[in-house]
Amino acid sequence: MAPSSELNCLTISEAAERLRRREFSVLELTRACLERIAAVDPKLNAFITVTEEEAMAQAEAADRRLKAGAAATLCGIPLGIKDIYCTAGMRTTCASKILENFVPPFDASVIAKLRREGAVFVGKTNMDEFAMGSSTENSAFGPTANPHDLTRVAGGSSGGSAAAVAADECLGALGTDTGGSIREPAAFCGVVGIKPTYSRVSRYGVVAYASSLDQVGPFSKSVRDAAILLRTLAGEDPQDSTCSARPVPDYERGLTGDVKGLRIGVPKEFFVEGMQPEVEKAVRAMLKQYESMGATTREISLPHSSYAIACYYIVATAEASANLARYDGVRYGLRERAEDNVELNEKTRERGFGAEVKRRIMLGTFALSAGYYDAYYLKAMRVRTLIRRDFERAFENCDVIVTPVAPTTAFRLGEKMSDPLTMYLSDIFTISVNLAGLPGLSMPCGYDANNLPIGMQIIGPQFSEEMVLRVGDALERSGAATLRRPAL
Amino acid sequence: MGRSKITLEQVRHVALLARLSLAPDEEDRIRANMDEILDYIDKLNELSTDGIEPTAQVGDAGTPTRADAVTNHPAADAMLANAPARERGFFKVPKIID
Repeated sequence: MAPSSELNCLTISEAAERLRRREFSVLELTRACLERIAAVDPKLNAFITVTEEEAMAQAEAADRRLKAGAAATLCGIPLGIKDIYCTAGMRTTCASKILENFVPPFDASVIAKLRREGAVFVGKTNMDEFAMGSSTENSAFGPTANPHDLTRVAGGSSGGSAAAVAADECLGALGTDTGGSIREPAAFCGVVGIKPTYSRVSRYGVVAYASSLDQVGPFSKSVRDAAILLRTLAGEDPQDSTCSARPVPDYERGLTGDVKGLRIGVPKEFFVEGMQPEVEKAVRAMLKQYESMGATTREISLPHSSYAIACYYIVATAEASANLARYDGVRYGLRERAEDNVELNEKTRERGFGAEVKRRIMLGTFALSAGYYDAYYLKAMRVRTLIRRDFERAFENCDVIVTPVAPTTAFRLGEKMSDPLTMYLSDIFTISVNLAGLPGLSMPCGYDANNLPIGMQIIGPQFSEEMVLRVGDALERSGAATLRRPAL
Repeated sequence: MGRSKITLEQVRHVALLARLSLAPDEEDRIRANMDEILDYIDKLNELSTDGIEPTAQVGDAGTPTRADAVTNHPAADAMLANAPARERGFFKVPKIID
C-alpha cells in the first residue's frame, strides 16, 4: 500500500506501532476516521449509525491505557461494526425496520472482547437486512455504494463494513458470513476478509440468520491485520455452546512468508463459463506467483459444487424461518396495532420485514412444512454431506484450495434486484465453504479494465486459519497483489 | 420437472404458518419467486442420496453440557426497556383469551 500521511489510511499493525511510539494519540486517529466518515459517507452510506460520542470517550480511555503501558494491540484502533452485533447502549438495527429502534441491553461476546482490549467503535455499518443478500441493497436504510465506483454495489451482506475499510473510514471492521457475506464484499471493495471455521468464533449476541452456517469474521487492509483481529475474536465462549474450545494460535506469529512445498488445489469446477475473463486471468497469475515462490499447483475436483446454491437456499432459509420467528412485536422492536395477538404478529412482521426477508422466510417455512420436509430439508442436509466430503477428499491431495471469490467484479446498483435467483448465483464460489464449515480468506488479487477490484479466495481444512493466513500474507509480501485506494 | 406449480392457496397457508399477512400483489410475486427458486432447487433430485447421512452441524463442539446453575442476573428493567408496551414488570399484549 502506498504510504500516506492520513492517519485513517494506516493499517492496524502500523497504527498500533506508531501509537506506542506516541507519534500521535488515539484521539487524533479517531478524529481522522470520524472526519473521513463526515466527508465521504454521504456518498457511500456505509454506516447506519455513527457513534461519535462513544468513539471519542473510548479514544480517551485508550489513550490513558497506552500511556500506562502494556495495552493490547487493538487498544485505540478505530473499527466499524456490522449492525448485526449487539452493542450495549448502541442501536442495533440489522438494517431492518423491525429493529429500527432496538438498543441492546448487552454486548455480543466478541464486542465485549474488543472493548476489553480498548478498541474504538466509530459506528455500526450497513448491511443487507438480517444479512440476507449479496449487494447491501436489501437495507431499510438504503444501499451502500462501492468506493471504487459509486454506481456499483459494495457486495453483501456485510457491504457497509467492506466499503468503510476500503474508503479508510476505519482501520478494520467486523462482518458476518453465512454464504459469502464477508468474502464477496471484501472482493468487490478490494480489501481483505476472512470467514473462519464454523465454531471458531463465538456467535453470542450476533443476530442469527442461519445458525449452522453463520460465522463472525474481520475486514482489514492487510492479511496481517486480519490475523491480528482474528486472534482476538476467536476462542471458547461459555455463552455459545457451538463455539470450539480449541486453543487459538497466535495467527500473527504464524505469518512466516514461507510457502515452499505448499500444495495448492485448483478446482476445475470453479473456472466456469460465464466468468468474467479478467477474474480468471488474475487468479491464474497469482497461482503462477505462488509457483515462483516454491508452491505447487494441481487440478482437483469438487464434483458436487454445482449443487451448493440449491442446497444452501433450503438449509439457510429453513433455519432463518425459525430464527426470525422471534420478531413478533411482543418483547422488542416494531409493533403494529391489532385487536388480537395473531393479528399483532402478522401485521408487525408484514410491515417490519423487507421483500427479501419475507421471500426467505416463506421459502424456509415451506421447506419445513408438513409433506415437504423430506423432499426439501432432509434432501438438502444429505447433499450437504456430499459437499463436505468433496472437500475432505480434495484435502487429501492439497493443503489449500485457491479459487476466485466471485465470477465477476462488482455489478451495478439495481442490476440484479428484480431477479432473486441471479442474485443468489453471485455466491457460487463461497457458499460451499459455509456448508462444509471451512475457513475462507478473500484478498485482492488484481483489477479489471474498469479499475474494479478482483478477489481471490484461499480455502483450508477446518481450523487451518493459521495456514490460510500465512498463504495470503506470503502473496501480499511478494508485492504481486496490492491494494489500490479508491479515488473518492 | 415433476413438481406441480406452487398455488396461491399454498402461499397463503405458508404465510399463515410464518405469521405474515401478505398483500395481494406480494402473494403473486412471492408465488412466482418460489416457483422459480424451487425449479432451480429441484436439481438436487439429480443426486441419489440413499444411505447418505444428513449433515445438520459442522462444528466440533458436539453437544456440551454445563452445570445446572443460574448465571444470569435479574435485570427486568433492562430487558423490558425495548418493550413496545409494558405494565409493571410485564410485556403487555392484546387480550389472548376471552
